Amino acid sequence: MKSDRSHLDWLESEAIYILREVAGEAANPVLFFSGGKDSIVLLRLAEKAFRPGRFPFPLMHIDTGHNFDEVIGFRDARAAELGERLIVRTVEDSIARGTVRLRSADESRNAAQSVTLLEAIAEFGFDAAIGGARRDEEKARAKERVFSFRDEFGQWDPKNQRPELWDLYNARVHKGEHVRVFPISNWTELDIWQYIGREKLEVPSIYYAHRRQVMRRNGYLFAPKPGEQGEELSVRFRTVGDISCTCPVESDAGDVQAIIAETVSSTLTERGATRMDDQTSDASMERRKKEGYF
Amino acid sequence: MSLLGEIERNHADLGDGRNTRGVLRFITCGSVDDGKSTLIGRLLHDSRTILQDQLAAVTRASSKRGSGELDLSLLTDGLEAEREQGITIDVAYRYFATGRRKFIIADTPGHEQYTRNMVTGASTADAAVVLLDATKGLLPQSRRHLLIAHLLGIRNVIVAVNKLDLAGYGREVYAALRASFENFAAPLEIPNLLFIPMSALRGDMVVERGANLGWYQGPTLLEALEAIDVESTDSSLPFRFPVQYVARGQVRSYMGRVAAGTVQTGAEVIVLPSGRRTRVKGISVLGDSLGSALAGDSVALQLEDEVDVSRGDMIVDAHRLPRPVKAFTAKLCWLASEPLAPRGRYLLRHTTRTVKARFAAINYRIDVQTLEQRPLEGEVRMNDIVHAALAVQQPVFVDPYAMDRATGAFILIDEATNQTVAAGMIE
Ligand SMILES: Nc1nc2c(ncn2[C@@H]2O[C@H](COP(=O)(O)OP(=O)(O)O)[C@@H](O)[C@H]2O)c(=O)[nH]1
Repeated sequence: MKSDRSHLDWLESEAIYILREVAGEAANPVLFFSGGKDSIVLLRLAEKAFRPGRFPFPLMHIDTGHNFDEVIGFRDARAAELGERLIVRTVEDSIARGTVRLRSADESRNAAQSVTLLEAIAEFGFDAAIGGARRDEEKARAKERVFSFRDEFGQWDPKNQRPELWDLYNARVHKGEHVRVFPISNWTELDIWQYIGREKLEVPSIYYAHRRQVMRRNGYLFAPKPGEQGEELSVRFRTVGDISCTCPVESDAGDVQAIIAETVSSTLTERGATRMDDQTSDASMERRKKEGYF
Repeated sequence: MSLLGEIERNHADLGDGRNTRGVLRFITCGSVDDGKSTLIGRLLHDSRTILQDQLAAVTRASSKRGSGELDLSLLTDGLEAEREQGITIDVAYRYFATGRRKFIIADTPGHEQYTRNMVTGASTADAAVVLLDATKGLLPQSRRHLLIAHLLGIRNVIVAVNKLDLAGYGREVYAALRASFENFAAPLEIPNLLFIPMSALRGDMVVERGANLGWYQGPTLLEALEAIDVESTDSSLPFRFPVQYVARGQVRSYMGRVAAGTVQTGAEVIVLPSGRRTRVKGISVLGDSLGSALAGDSVALQLEDEVDVSRGDMIVDAHRLPRPVKAFTAKLCWLASEPLAPRGRYLLRHTTRTVKARFAAINYRIDVQTLEQRPLEGEVRMNDIVHAALAVQQPVFVDPYAMDRATGAFILIDEATNQTVAAGMIE
């Protein structure tokens, strides 16, 4: 028999296999769902892995309180449509508990998110947390395992990772430890959009071109601060994380096909174009990951 | 035609529209300074997936280091420690795509002290690119790289004879290196062994042909990678379906990925370990019924009869069964920093099945420079490759690794620490 499987079929099949491995091996898994495009793809893959049954894990979002309304609305609607349980834990709660202290109210909450995330994992006793990270996003992720071990402090030790051979994943942990699992490790941004197109998946409206008031600074587009006079441009978001450090790009791409075309000819990688905090230094992501960030 | 369709098509072989080449995974191996990082950088660069901001960052880093020229190798070294030491110490995965195929590169270090990293990268690779430095000739390291690739069952090996620019692009230098490598590789009977002369630095014969190697008529590296056929070998093997997860709805569905071979509705199968014989009633994904599935497909199977099946069981071709074994011999690469404990308690993970295991005997050491047997002498340590006999508490259903990687491979996990300590290939 001659195979006619495309690269998307291959990636999909691998991801379904990984999701089922988590279900088979972990006692208490959870899937991170933010309403962003990568986690939307994860949910589609979970449907393919487990329907007509229910998902063998709840969904969880760590809300920084700095999310786009469109994305939060989308998150809730999608979870309800799937009929799956959605757990939300907020950085605000950690601030109230005193485990997170911010220097200023509008600083990026990406780092603080790690604290809330680990608190949530401890609260529910999760032993496996499925996320939508991709190896092509950033250099430090290129060596990340598919099943990535975290110690009892939630820390990642890049120099002491478990060897990962064939498709024999090791999800075993002691109490208090957990694994992060990345079923779409091998996908690129282009693969994601092609899959969204193929599966006709809905994504939050801000991924598509829309008119928005923005300020230009250092080659990036920002939301104007109160009192600032911005300009109105046609923009879209390539990632939809924390508002304070997620910048839109100028674009007229109003549908998936146009986004794919832009992605193919794009001259900037996803994080470079849109995430201020990753630009600081080559090693900033690696440091954040060690501290427990996704 | 819609743009999406066009791009999907573009990602497929344009020959007959449906003849896509899917994904190819390959490993790159070379000794320090053979030019591996430069070659990968060149592949990414020339296939235009190195995007501008990455390039800008590399240019900045290059000037910080004081090297004036653009250093393509800086694109691939990921972790801080590695940047400090200037070497690659772990497996890093890289991605690029052409109109015909998506590629996943496992970039592994070449040093003997990182044999386990190469074994890791090779375990999932369909092909290996072995680098030779044309100015140095055939080094012991290159032999080791070929032997590890062979040991891990890689059928497609491309030998990149690099730095030919430093040898005047001489045909004789290339021919001599090729002859000595072929001579060494002959006993391994590698099904697809290919040689390509190149300069990774100048970009000759990597993606572009360049102007300097007119005497060479064969494919460029990228053309060779695009042409490798992987699916047909896996699909011609006997059907193997390790069960991952059982859904207990109205209809019992057995979820898993076809590890080898193909299956059709109506096919006669046997469920192991029970030995129950039945037929496949349905094959489905998300409510869609499929008439068949082949190696690599994640599906749900429904069976004609009520059979008790759980995770770790295997549904197989009723006429070509795997071997049920409680004792077997295997080649083993030790991965952990703690030495092998001959009386230690280990868990053996084979397909989706986990069983307790112990060593019955450790027979000899395998010299990865020559594949010769050597006496054991002392402990088995990280990066050692040995021949051993193992005993397991419950049977596992195996095929020889050389025939079927999916049912011939296993890992050992230390029961106390949960560390993955060894990779094994069943004979
Ligand atoms: N002249 C020449 N130099 C090369 C070639 N490929 C790599 N180099 C140089 O060899 C050195 C080692 O290359 P690198 O890619 O870092 O080797 P690695 O250690 O195998 O990753 C660098 O200075 C490269 O610029 C080539 O084809 N020709």
